[in-house]
Amino acid sequence: MKLARVIGTVVATEKHPAFEGRTVLMVQPLDEYRKDAGDAFIAVDHAQAGVGDIVLVNQEGNGSRQLLGTIDGKLPIRSVIVGVVDEVSVA
Amino acid sequence: MYLGRVIGTCVATRKAEGLDGVRLLVVQPLDKHQKPKGDPQVAADTVRSAPGQLVYLVGAREAAQALEPAFVPVDAAIVGIVDDLTLAAAERSHS
Repeated sequence: MKLARVIGTVVATEKHPAFEGRTVLMVQPLDEYRKDAGDAFIAVDHAQAGVGDIVLVNQEGNGSRQLLGTIDGKLPIRSVIVGVVDEVSVA
Repeated sequence: MYLGRVIGTCVATRKAEGLDGVRLLVVQPLDKHQKPKGDPQVAADTVRSAPGQLVYLVGAREAAQALEPAFVPVDAAIVGIVDDLTLAAAERSHS
């Protein structure tokens, strides 16, 4: 999973049914020292994360399908926030 | 998933069968400040978006899952038209 900070919210009325009722957030990936590392991207929230939270993001389709369920066996969602981080400590 | 802006349309008559009836649009991926990031790409549209609109897309294998039937040969699909994108104050000051 990637470490990331939630930096924004994305609201869409016209969207694929898979995103109905889901919170869509913009996240900025971080390195282990919480510095920005890489490009921001969009993820679906599944951990009640809020703007400013440090989160874990799973960017793998199978895991996303297992977590969120499928519609007719499909789900066009790749990135899911799976946890809010309390603490990261590195040597 | 990532942000993009629809900048054009694409028509292809000769194409793989799975692409019949799939609306193709030219999209410029954007960074968090809505500035262009990388090269424009062609994406399948699932939300009736149009040139000029801010959208979000899904890539890779999940792009094919946005379409009916699945396993259409696409690696980018537009899955939402953005009404509002709000960045945290700390991010806005860096744009």
